Amino acid sequence: MHAQDSSTGSLIAHTESPWRLFWQLLQRDRLAMAGLGILLALAVVALLGKATTEWLVIFDPTTVRLVDKFRAPLSEASALLPDADRPLTGVYLLGTDELGRDVFARMLQGSFVSMSIGFVAVGISIAVGVVLGGIAGYYGEVRIGPVTVDTLIMRFTDAMLCIPIFFLILVVVALLPASIYNIMIVIGLTRWMGISRFVRAEFLSLREQDFVLAARALGLPAYRIIFWHMMPNAMAPVLVTATIGVATAILTESALSFLGFGVQPPFATWGNILADGKNFIFDAPWLFFIPGFAIFVIVLAFNLLGEGMREALNPKLQRR
Amino acid sequence: MGQYLLRNLLQRLVLLVIVSFLVHALVHLAPGEPAEVDPNNPRFKAEDVAKIRAAFHLDEPLHVQYALWIRDLFNGELKSFKDGQPVLPKIWERFLNSLPLFICATLIIWTLSFPTGIHAAVRRGSTYDRSTTFIAYALISVPGFFLSYLVILWVVNAFGVPVIGMHTFGSEHASVWFRSMDNLWHLVVPSLMLAVAGVAILSRYVRSQMLEVIGQDYVRTARAKGLDADSVIYSHALRNALLPFVTMFGLMLPELISGAVIIEQIFAWPGIGRLSFDAILARDYPVVLTVTLMAAVITLAGTFLSDILYAVVDPRIRLN
Repeated sequence: MHAQDSSTGSLIAHTESPWRLFWQLLQRDRLAMAGLGILLALAVVALLGKATTEWLVIFDPTTVRLVDKFRAPLSEASALLPDADRPLTGVYLLGTDELGRDVFARMLQGSFVSMSIGFVAVGISIAVGVVLGGIAGYYGEVRIGPVTVDTLIMRFTDAMLCIPIFFLILVVVALLPASIYNIMIVIGLTRWMGISRFVRAEFLSLREQDFVLAARALGLPAYRIIFWHMMPNAMAPVLVTATIGVATAILTESALSFLGFGVQPPFATWGNILADGKNFIFDAPWLFFIPGFAIFVIVLAFNLLGEGMREALNPKLQRR
Repeated sequence: MGQYLLRNLLQRLVLLVIVSFLVHALVHLAPGEPAEVDPNNPRFKAEDVAKIRAAFHLDEPLHVQYALWIRDLFNGELKSFKDGQPVLPKIWERFLNSLPLFICATLIIWTLSFPTGIHAAVRRGSTYDRSTTFIAYALISVPGFFLSYLVILWVVNAFGVPVIGMHTFGSEHASVWFRSMDNLWHLVVPSLMLAVAGVAILSRYVRSQMLEVIGQDYVRTARAKGLDADSVIYSHALRNALLPFVTMFGLMLPELISGAVIIEQIFAWPGIGRLSFDAILARDYPVVLTVTLMAAVITLAGTFLSDILYAVVDPRIRLN
């Protein structure tokens, strides 16, 4: 973000904040804006889904209706159903699954669970990555015995990078009791390496800058310098990695579901609806295609937004 | 040069030791253990559990178990918990099965992504660039098994060839021609699925590297000299853009092994991914630990090789 105060950037820099400039550049990227739009819509859907399937049950994702197994999308509910079990308006918008559960209600419930897995996992990996990267970058030269803090942390990061990540997740998830929180934590704890490397690199260059020196000369405590003065300047690449990280976490959850280690019932996620749906790909294709397509769209939206942000934050492109 | 290599090698050995500690600790600290795989079996008495624990040294402290693992690994006496077979030959046999898959996928990744990426960079902003960009994002956004199922359905319906397994069951006595075509069909689809994400990521990376280099002064100079576009792009720009890809080669290996777990499960391919998946399910620690360590060794060897290549290609590296 410092690169733009040269050449043409200096004209802008007096009037525009870096974030404003970033937003303007991002707006030019139509794919990224489409991604952002989809994500905002989806956030609303996820919240509504949480509200209408759990707090105020309008769409019931758990009711089993054995008379209405494998109903195609938009088909009417059977007349044999008791009134309490009828879906809203008597129509299954997205059909029913092998137990006669309403797929629309399950997808609604799953949207919140899937999104929260993505966000919580990424939150954990940001926390770990920022703390480790920040320590390595700021206190890098402090020695513990024969090695420096920087060596210690970065060798640990490198070691984590040589282990196949999905393999590691699988080992831990298969051994831990299956719960949605364990999956979030495990995905989060295995994806922080990129972030810690970014933050360390940013900190190494920030440490030498005048404003940090000034803050130190003022006698500010280290935590204030790190979190108030340096961290905001190092957040840009972290934000990009985080956006793409949410996409990766959602894909990882669906892959785990496929192998049978995903989120267990009664929680519905898009991943486990898809994984169950694969068994009925010929009898009830909607059980396979609807969640598959939904995951594709949301992950694509995150990826497009993330890449758009990366481009907008690239100082070389900003100058053009 | 010799000193550089030696230091590099030593660093990697240290890293390998850290990885082995990490993996060992992780697998053993996670709850659930081999003695409890089948707790509901009535013939499984407490003394049997104790016997198993004693036989596998599970009652020893963690560091002793680690030492035993390393000792047995180097003696070649490490035995699988599940069937008592020696671990190394078992892994080697499965690795040989996976090898064609890895080689084929690597070939696909590197031969597809370079032309695509270069072409997109040269025609930045064109319809071709925008559509390959979008396709690349789409490919990394599809859940792997969803795409694989779609491709299997399509290939089987359109071409009428079987793609599950390594070869068609009972084809051992068929003609050589039939068998080699059969093997080829069985190989192509899974390797393509294994390569999909790699192609998408690498082609984007090629594009951004090329864009970076095309903006350099020496490329403008080459153009100004009146060289034709092809020799500017291929001999001046591409050669300099190639450098970072030397490291990419090593870092893509763990992703391939991770991907193999899912792909081999879908295509019933008796390779290393399935071996490790089954080992995880059975809590077969020696196999899980050794496969993970092998993956780390392969990755480190890959990055070591690329560091050597780097130093050979770029003399600036050796000076640091």
